[in-house]
Order: sequence, then C-alpha cells, then structure tokens
Amino acid sequence: MLITNDANYELLPLGDSAVIIRLGDGIDEATHRKVGALTAYLEEHPFAGMIECVPAFASAAIHYDPVAVKKSRVFSESIHATIYETVCSRLQLILSAAELSGADTDRRTIEIPVCYGGEFGPDLSFVAAHNGLSEEEVVAIHTSASYLVYMLGFAPGFPYLGGMSERIAAPRRQSPRTVIPQGSVGIAGGQTGVYPVATPGGWQLIGRTPLELFSPREAVPSLLRSGDSVRFKPITKEQYNLYLEGAL
Amino acid sequence: MSSYRIKVLRPGLLTTVQDLGRYGFQKYGVVAGGVMDTGAARTANWLVGNADREAVLEITLTGTELVIESEMVIAVCGGDMSVTIDGQAMPLWRPVLIRAGAVVKFSAYRSGCRSYLAAAGGFDVPEVMGSRSTYLRGSIGGFEGRAMKAGDVLAVKQPSLLSARIHAALSAGFEGGFSASNWHASHFAIAENLAEPIIRAIPGTHFDLFTPGSQEDLFNQTFRIGVQSDRMGCRLEGTQKLQLSSPAEMLSEAVANGTVQVPPDGNPIVLLADRQTTGGYPRIAQVATVDIPVFAQLKPGDRFRFEAVTQQEAERLYLDGERDMQLLKAAISYKFGARHT
Repeated sequence: MLITNDANYELLPLGDSAVIIRLGDGIDEATHRKVGALTAYLEEHPFAGMIECVPAFASAAIHYDPVAVKKSRVFSESIHATIYETVCSRLQLILSAAELSGADTDRRTIEIPVCYGGEFGPDLSFVAAHNGLSEEEVVAIHTSASYLVYMLGFAPGFPYLGGMSERIAAPRRQSPRTVIPQGSVGIAGGQTGVYPVATPGGWQLIGRTPLELFSPREAVPSLLRSGDSVRFKPITKEQYNLYLEGAL
Repeated sequence: MSSYRIKVLRPGLLTTVQDLGRYGFQKYGVVAGGVMDTGAARTANWLVGNADREAVLEITLTGTELVIESEMVIAVCGGDMSVTIDGQAMPLWRPVLIRAGAVVKFSAYRSGCRSYLAAAGGFDVPEVMGSRSTYLRGSIGGFEGRAMKAGDVLAVKQPSLLSARIHAALSAGFEGGFSASNWHASHFAIAENLAEPIIRAIPGTHFDLFTPGSQEDLFNQTFRIGVQSDRMGCRLEGTQKLQLSSPAEMLSEAVANGTVQVPPDGNPIVLLADRQTTGGYPRIAQVATVDIPVFAQLKPGDRFRFEAVTQQEAERLYLDGERDMQLLKAAISYKFGARHT
C-alpha cells in the first residue's frame, strides 16, 4: 500500500498548535490503512517540534510546539512562512515520499475472552429478542467475526471496532447506566466495543472480559492499538474467575 | 529523599496536583490533562526557581488550607483567593519564603476561579505516562490518582540551585511569618480583567457547515459559562442557539485544547484540559491558545464574547506570548545569577 503524491489528502489547521490531515471521508479499511501508515511513519520519523500524532477513522491530528518548529527551521525553509505553513510543507514532503507502506501482514490479532450473558451481560436477552435470535445465536455471531480497531478514543484504551454483523445490532438503552463496569462488552447500534475503565454509558451489555485493557503503568498502556484485529472468545464463569486469578 | 513537605488541613472545593500535561498517549485514548491556566502555573514554577513542567497544586475557588511543614519558597499565581499566611495577606505572583509550620489559607475568591501553588523543588508524586497530572475520571497520576484530602502529606523534591539562591535572597527579609520578594510578575495575571473578556478564536474545521446566522451569532452574542463546566470543558449558554445548515454526520476526529464543539442542542462546549482525545460533534471554532487560560479563570455565570482572528494571527499571538514568558524566565535566572536551572 502506498500513499502516492496524488495529493489525495487535505491539510487543515486545528488552531495554532495542531494540524489535521484528512485522508478520506468514510469508515473503510483502505482509508484506515493510509492513516495507520502515516501515523507509523511519523512516530518513527517525527519532524522537529512535533509533539504527537493522534489517528482517527479517516484523519490524523499532529500536535506541535510552534516555538520548537520555528527554532528548527533549516536554510531551505522560508523564515517568512507561518509556523503552520512550515509544518504543512514538512508534512507534504512526508506525504509525497513513496516508501510509506502500511503492510497488512504485520497486523496483530488479539483474542478477548468474554463471559456472555448472566450478571455480566444483562442486556443479552434484549439484543437476542430485538433481532429474533436466541442468546446462543447472538454469542455465536459476535464471536465468529474478526473486528478491526479503527481508532482508540472516548476513554483510555476504548476501541472503536468495525466489522460487527448487522444481525445483532441493537439501539442504545433508553436511559444510560450511571456506571458500566470495567471489561464490559456492549453493543450500540451497529457497533460493538469493550469498556477498559468503568464509565457511564448507554450501550447494551452482552458480556464481560477479565482481561485488563488499560494499565497506566505499562510503557504501552493500552492492550489494543489502532490497526489491531480483535476476536472474541466465549468463556464460562469458572474460566472468567480463573483468568482473574491469573490461572488461565 | 527530600524532607520538604506540605500537609493538607482542608482540601477545599477541588485541589489536585497538575503539571503541563500528559503527551504521547492520546493515541491510546489517554487525555492530555494538566493545568487549566498554563500561564499562571508556569509563572508560579519559574518564580520559585523550578522548571515550568514541575507539578503544582491547582486550587479551585476556595476553602483550601495547607500547613507548610518545612521552611520553603512558594509562589501563588492565577485567581485571587484572598490567600493568607497565618492570617496575614499573602502577596501573589512572587516568591515567598515561608517559615516551617505556617498555615496558608485560601479564604474567599476575589477574582478568577483557579489558583496555582508552586513549591521550590516541585511536588514529588510519581510520573505516570510521563506526567504528574491528576486525571480524576481515570484515577490516573497526581496524588494517588485523586483529589487532595484532609491529612494528605505532599512531599516536595530537593530544590534547584536557582531555588536555593532565591531562598537565600529572601531569608534576609522576614516580616512576621514570611518574606516576600519586592518584585513580582503580576502583569501576567489575567484574573484581574474578567468583566466580559474578549476571547479570540479561529473559525473551526466545520465553521462553513453552520447557517450564516449561526456563523454571525458565534461572534456577535455574549455567552455565559454554564454550571456544568469543569476541567473537561466549559458549557456555553447564549440566547441564539447555533445550528447546522443541514444535518451532517461527523466522523470522530482528534480534538485539541480549546476546540469549540456544538452538540445538537445548539449550545457550544469549549473543550479544555481533561477533554476526551477525540470528538464527533461539529467544530465551529478553535480558541487561540493564548486565550485558553481565560476559561480556567471564568466561573459559572460569568460572561464573555468571542472575537474572530485568523489562524495566522493566533499563531503570532502565541509566539509573542511565549516570547514574553521566556523573558520572565530569563529575567529570574539572570537576577539570581544562575544560567542553568
């Protein structure tokens, strides 16, 4: 996969200290791979003054320190340009480089064990009834797909997953729960997700994972990263407890 | 292990440990956080001889009482909360040497909303993901991931050489329980001019999607800070609701400090320190970085107006403001003969 110099992107200022690069306008794997390739490249080769790169569905925001960018200007860069223009020309150089490749082969697959239904999935019966399925069928459909982590956001380590079957889609709850426990697996509309930390929310809860998706003390605090592939695996309550004790 | 300590007698409304924020982890959904009023916090740090990224206490409105358990230099900048040292008024925006055992009290707010206390050396809490900032919703960082409580003891790190020189210079001038410098940096105070301030903003990435009327209303009406405002953002209330020309589905995209989003109810929200990393509402504006600290000092019920500036103007304001800040830092270093801190 290449990002060629066909200027198939848009650069927009996000204020005076960040720029957004839009590489598409929808949620699709091709755009996602471009965003992933650009993010990976910038992490490996940050320009002077770059603070961080935050990828989303079809874009990435690059936060920078205007003073550091100004101080790092080289002879070939105009001193009359604005900082934003300097950042844009540095990004355009990167975006026109042909060696930006987002090989699909290095995608990680993360298996997430989930104890479905019962106390952990109080809304499993609702999701089943809503779609005219049995609870077992909902679990079978949920565990049969492979999901792509399009981006992380909303809460620390929270993945926006793509790839859920429309056959198990379900509307949000009428009144949101004040606390959704850590590890809860839910469905909202055509989306599924896992809550890495306890938070309020209106998703239909179908199960819970014993895995810790977010550990602030780790160098990489999030189990999931943008671009990962996720599969859910059904486990029993006994296995859930064994996971928590570290025996599995 | 340094022996400098500050003990919390009363935490007040909300007191947290904050530094300049947690960067490099937003791609994992981790909020950047950090102090709300960067200008006041950085100034407080420089005044006591710290690097600007050291952790400070962010004190909200009032009610906080602290015991300075060992003789040390502190500075309080930002909102004016009628601070006293053992009952005597404490001068703000300058280094103050305080005797061991003195009680520093934030009794009643006079102007602004948030006050910053820096201690020479900086607060000694562990760095989590490269920052000492407290992220309350995630129970991450700062002092045990939470707001300060009565009885908490905060350790302060060993002061720098510059801090030691400031300490030495002040130790000759005790009057009562403390010794304050006769110079100050209060020209950096924004809290004194908060009667309907002007906040400069750049039209946002979705500005053109709003009705022509709403585009004008953004800059032509007075907004009031809503009661549900906090470190995450300020909810704004105006008489004219802001509307899109036609309904639009936005893809979630990264936001920044000062992004102004408009949810379907038409009342804008200014995203601040503890904002989520991404957002899905249309962005009508982006506050110029130099004016973001004003939101740290506005209280619910306070009013302000937006003024449109270009991206280029916002950038120039940023660079000018930063040059002034660096001049202050250089002046302090020069005054105390320490080129390196």
